Amino acid sequence: MTDLDQFRQETRSWLHANCPESMRTPARGFDDFYAGGRNPEIGHPDQKLWCDRMAERGWTVPHWPKEYGGGGLSKDEVKVLRQEMMRISARSPLESFGISMLGPALLKFGNEEQKQEHLPKIVRGEIRWCQGYSEPNAGSDLASLATKAEDKGDHYLINGQKVWTSYADKADWIFCLVRTDNSGSKHEGISFILFDMADPGVTTRPIKLISGSSPFCETFFDNVKAEKRNLIGEVGKGWTIAKYLLTHEREMISGFGTAVGQSVGEIAVDTIGLDVSGRLANGVLRHAVAQYQLDTLAFTTTLARVGDEAKAGQGLGAASSIFKYYGTELNKRRNELTVAALGESGLGWDGEVYSDGKVCRDWLRSRANSIEGGTSEVQLNIIAKRVLGLPDA
Amino acid sequence: MALVLNEEQVMLKDAAAGFLSEKATVAHLRALRNERNAQGFSNETWVEMAQMGWAGIAIPEQYGGSGYGYTGLGLVLEQVGRNLSASPLQSSVLIAATIISELGSAQQKQALLPAIAAGTLKMSLALQEGHHHAPLNSMATATRDGDDFLLSGTKVMVLDATSAERFIVVARSSGTVGDEQGLSAFVIDAGSSGLSLQNREMVDSRNVGALTLDNVRVAAADLLGEENHAWPGLSRALDIINIGLSAELLGLSAEAFERTVAYLKERKQFGQAIGSFQGLQHRAAELFAELELARSIVLKALHAIDAAEEDLALIASAAKAKLCEVAQRATNEAVQMHGGIGMTDEHDIGFFMKRARMAQHAFGDYYYHLDRYARLNGF
Repeated sequence: MTDLDQFRQETRSWLHANCPESMRTPARGFDDFYAGGRNPEIGHPDQKLWCDRMAERGWTVPHWPKEYGGGGLSKDEVKVLRQEMMRISARSPLESFGISMLGPALLKFGNEEQKQEHLPKIVRGEIRWCQGYSEPNAGSDLASLATKAEDKGDHYLINGQKVWTSYADKADWIFCLVRTDNSGSKHEGISFILFDMADPGVTTRPIKLISGSSPFCETFFDNVKAEKRNLIGEVGKGWTIAKYLLTHEREMISGFGTAVGQSVGEIAVDTIGLDVSGRLANGVLRHAVAQYQLDTLAFTTTLARVGDEAKAGQGLGAASSIFKYYGTELNKRRNELTVAALGESGLGWDGEVYSDGKVCRDWLRSRANSIEGGTSEVQLNIIAKRVLGLPDA
Repeated sequence: MALVLNEEQVMLKDAAAGFLSEKATVAHLRALRNERNAQGFSNETWVEMAQMGWAGIAIPEQYGGSGYGYTGLGLVLEQVGRNLSASPLQSSVLIAATIISELGSAQQKQALLPAIAAGTLKMSLALQEGHHHAPLNSMATATRDGDDFLLSGTKVMVLDATSAERFIVVARSSGTVGDEQGLSAFVIDAGSSGLSLQNREMVDSRNVGALTLDNVRVAAADLLGEENHAWPGLSRALDIINIGLSAELLGLSAEAFERTVAYLKERKQFGQAIGSFQGLQHRAAELFAELELARSIVLKALHAIDAAEEDLALIASAAKAKLCEVAQRATNEAVQMHGGIGMTDEHDIGFFMKRARMAQHAFGDYYYHLDRYARLNGF
């Protein structure tokens, strides 16, 4: 038996013994995942138990090094763990911005003390993080951000406002872009700093979206003191970290387009029916659905191709620059066509008959995909300039 | 099969790019057109291409080919598309040899494939009859006459008809319009009695002909596959052919796009390169994204052939529909972004648009294949 087989066997029996029955069900959407924190939202009492058990082995973030609380598993072992979890439909024990966003930045840019301080708490789900990037006057033009961090000797004094801060009202700490210097170009003088949302001077206000939910907040800083040791990387060089993290965020968002469940074509067949020739009875909708499904096939094949190229040591090709743009546009098309195919029931807002308006609210939420994390227009600018080498105006 | 090229395939691609960009370019196509060359390609160039083994690239070794597979042929076709290289690589190799491989007996393969692989025999397919690709609507007739068959009817869109020495003719030996059963395929000589050829001048300056068959006698030995049962093999061959044409369209589209991006950087108006205007930048970036998708679907489809996947229909129609869409957009945008100069015969970019439309139309266009893709998806 190879080591990997051995690992699989051990993992299987450990999961069998330790994964609660109630956690062997798929999460009903993003909000149904356990996100941890000081005052965790508990959907089911087993969520915390499941997270704690996995965290003890570092398996909430199995690929991070053991010294920082991670599982220290190899790529192959991580794959086996995922396969074994999938085998029993075990849901992910912990989903957080600490894992997907801050962690990778700390591993790459943080010093030893910072890694020791923050990474294990992310692994254990003790601290829930939020991201302070956009501001009212710094959206697509993120680098023009103005939240000020003044050097006060032993700390920074922070004043300003962030917006679109995901789950800021539920987060314990924030990783935040602040301006430490105004003298140079706008990309210089930005710093990347961490501080506690419970600190005096921090207030948050949820923003209600067109979908009716409030995943984002306005966040205000009024003379907030941030310890200097929590500044990541060099002072004034935060833009490099910001760009690195944006790449992670865009990868995450571009994955929204590949949905599981019934295809749009299947939904349309159920609601509209086929004509005598076996074609969808509305030929115009049929064309749109067919084109959408064709583009989805070509896009997922492109994700696979870029993955295969990277595995073959050819690096991340230029094709990866299209992921955010194309993935989010596809997801919008899927939602738009789903609503069209479902007709009346695609527009239901509330009540059991409409599953509490899930289709409708998902559609409305999907409109944000091509705005958040860099608009489609910004993505096209990046492709035009960095990939195609077209000149600036 | 991972969606990457191996070292051998990269070498093949480079070799094809090197040769074709020197010996079979748009300038050569233009010269052939201007001299009104009857067959539409250069014999000398074809002999050299065959010597490099490209005519036998997808033909098994036991029949004189290199057994290199369709991914290899697709890579060469992509370079053919980039350079608009005129040759019988499509008509004789991609199309005729594939049908023989799918339908022919061992004896027939032995008789025909080694000669095609060597480039010494040129064949072409006579299938389409009406305005569009609609193989099940074939109404040319094959009637038993003793041990022979008599073929009658008319065929259009016969590629490289002037230079083909033999034709594969699809005719109905039983059944009626729309029936899968009842189609049979035959090999006939170009010099057969009762066969006449009319040249048709097409937009891409390649030779295409129409055939009229008036009781053309063909021996039973030249029936390809089983009488009345050509469809399953023919259908699979058509899927392969469409994937090959998709590879050509990929190269053609990528080349038209790259030439256009280069022009956007060079052409100045209002005192600056027109490529600095966001209105053009975003259209170019969107096209770039579509081309990346096109590249992925073509590679996946080529791999599906070489992996001997049982059902190629879905991936073949996906690839052809996507490449028809992308090629049309890429060539239209190419002309538009070149502006007035793009409308002139003197500039090369128009040649890409013309060839694109012929490759799109051949064996089913965007509308045909997207419709088929939807049906195969159950709607």
